[in-house]
Amino acid sequence: MGQRTALYDAHTASEAKIVDFGGWDMPIHYGSQLKEHNLVREDAGMFDVSHMTVVDVTGTDATAYLQYLLANDVAKLAEEGKALYSGMLNEQGGVIDDLIVYRADALGGFRAVVNCATREKDLAWMDKQAAKFDVSLTEQPELAMIAVQGPNAIEKAKQAVSANAKAVIESLSIFQGLPSEGWFIGRTGYTGEDGLEIMIPATEVAAVWDKLLEVGVKPAGLGARDTLRLEAGMNLYGNDMDETISPWQANMGWTLALKDERDFIGKAALIEEKANGIEYKMVGLVLETRGVMRSHQKIIFTASDKQGEITSGTFSPTLQQSIAMARVPADAGNECAVDMRGKAVPVRMVSMPFVRNGQKVYK
Amino acid sequence: MAQVPANLKYIASHEWIRDEGNGVVTVGITDFAQEALGDIVFIELPEVGSEVNKDDSIAVVESVKAASDIYSPVSGEIVAINEELVDAPEQANEEPYDGAWFFKIKLSEESEMEALLSAEDYAAECE
Repeated sequence: MGQRTALYDAHTASEAKIVDFGGWDMPIHYGSQLKEHNLVREDAGMFDVSHMTVVDVTGTDATAYLQYLLANDVAKLAEEGKALYSGMLNEQGGVIDDLIVYRADALGGFRAVVNCATREKDLAWMDKQAAKFDVSLTEQPELAMIAVQGPNAIEKAKQAVSANAKAVIESLSIFQGLPSEGWFIGRTGYTGEDGLEIMIPATEVAAVWDKLLEVGVKPAGLGARDTLRLEAGMNLYGNDMDETISPWQANMGWTLALKDERDFIGKAALIEEKANGIEYKMVGLVLETRGVMRSHQKIIFTASDKQGEITSGTFSPTLQQSIAMARVPADAGNECAVDMRGKAVPVRMVSMPFVRNGQKVYK
Repeated sequence: MAQVPANLKYIASHEWIRDEGNGVVTVGITDFAQEALGDIVFIELPEVGSEVNKDDSIAVVESVKAASDIYSPVSGEIVAINEELVDAPEQANEEPYDGAWFFKIKLSEESEMEALLSAEDYAAECE
C-alpha cells in the first residue's frame, strides 16, 4: 500500500481505478479516461493533486535566494499573487525539476509547488542552496490540493466555496494565486483550460470535494491529466526533460531570464550551450494515419542520419489522432517518420501546443 | 471482477474463442483484457481470406495506454472480420463478449481446439 491523500476514500466512493504513482495510491480513471478528458475540455472536471509538494520560501533573502535558485526571475513578479513557471537547474544546466512559484506576501514570501516524484531531491537541493541566504523553507504537507479545470470550472467552483474564497476567485487573473482563510487559490493548471488549483488543509478537503461533486464537477484521473497536458504542450518531468536535458532542449527556452546581470545556477552552462549551437530541440508530432505514437519510439529523417526520440506520445481525444512530443536534432529538417513497431510511418512536425481552450491550435 | 462466460474457451493472452459448431470459431478479447488496456482507440484486423497459424500476432489493439498484439488461438483461414469494430473500437470496452468480436477463423486443425482453456482455467490465470 502506498501513501494516500485525504481524498482516497472519495476516489473509491466514485469507483476509481487506483494505481501506484510515485509511491502514492492515486486514481488513474473513474471508468473512462476519454470521457474524463472530454469533460474537462467541454465543461469542468476535478483532479486530486494533493501528492504535489508545496514549499513556502520566507525570510529577508527570499527573493535573492529564488533568483539564484531558478532559471526564471522572480523579480518579474511585480505584485502579490503573480505566478511564475520555472526550471530549477543543476550547474550543468540540466533540469532538476520544473515548478510554479507564487508571490505570496501574505505568507511572508513565496509559495512554490514542485513535483511529487522529485520531492526528496528537490528539497535536498533547495536546502543545500539555502545555506548562503537568510531564508526559511517550510514544506506544507498538511495541504491537500484539488485542480478544478475546464471552461465551466471557475463558475462551478464559485458555487462550492465560501463567500471569501469566491471573492478571491473573482479577483484572480490568469496565472495568479492568492490565499483565502487558510486556503491558497491559484488560477493555474495543467490542462490548457481555464481553471483553479486550490490548496486546502487536508482536514477540510473531502468536504470541498463533495461540494464540488454536488455542483456538477466530475472527478477526472491522472490518465486524463496526462492526455490533457500533452494536448496543451506542457512538459511532464521525467518524460520530457530530466537532469541531463537543458531547458533549451525541452521547449523551456522562454522560461530563461538571461538578459540581465543576475547569476543563477546553470546560467553559465546555458550560455555556453547556446554559443556552441543547441543540438536538439523539442517539437510536436501529429500522426495523420491510424495508430498511436508512444514514448521512446525513434524518429527518422529524410535529410539526416541523426535520429530523434518521442518523449511523450498518446492518442489525443480532442483531435482524434495520435500526438507526441519528441526531441529531435535541430538541423535534421522537418521531413520525418516515426519507427512504430518496425514500420516507418510518416509523421507531421508541428509547433505546440496542440490544443488550447478546447480548440485545435497547432500549425 | 472481470467476467468470464462459461460457454467460451480462452487462451492465456486474453482472447476468447466461441465454437460456432461448423468448423468456424469467433475470436475476441476478454473483459479482463479490455479492463487492463483502458480506453481502446484503434483496432487493426487481419484481411479476410488470409491464412493464419496458431500463436501468430494477427491483429493490434491500441488503447490510450498501450498497444497490444492479438494472437490467433488456432490455425486456419480468416473468413470474416468485424468492420463495425474498426469504426467504433470503444465497443471492445463496452461489450467485449457480445458486439465486439474481432474475427472468425475456419479451422484447419480441429485438434487445436483441445488445447484451449476452459472458463475455469482462464479465470485462474487472471488471478
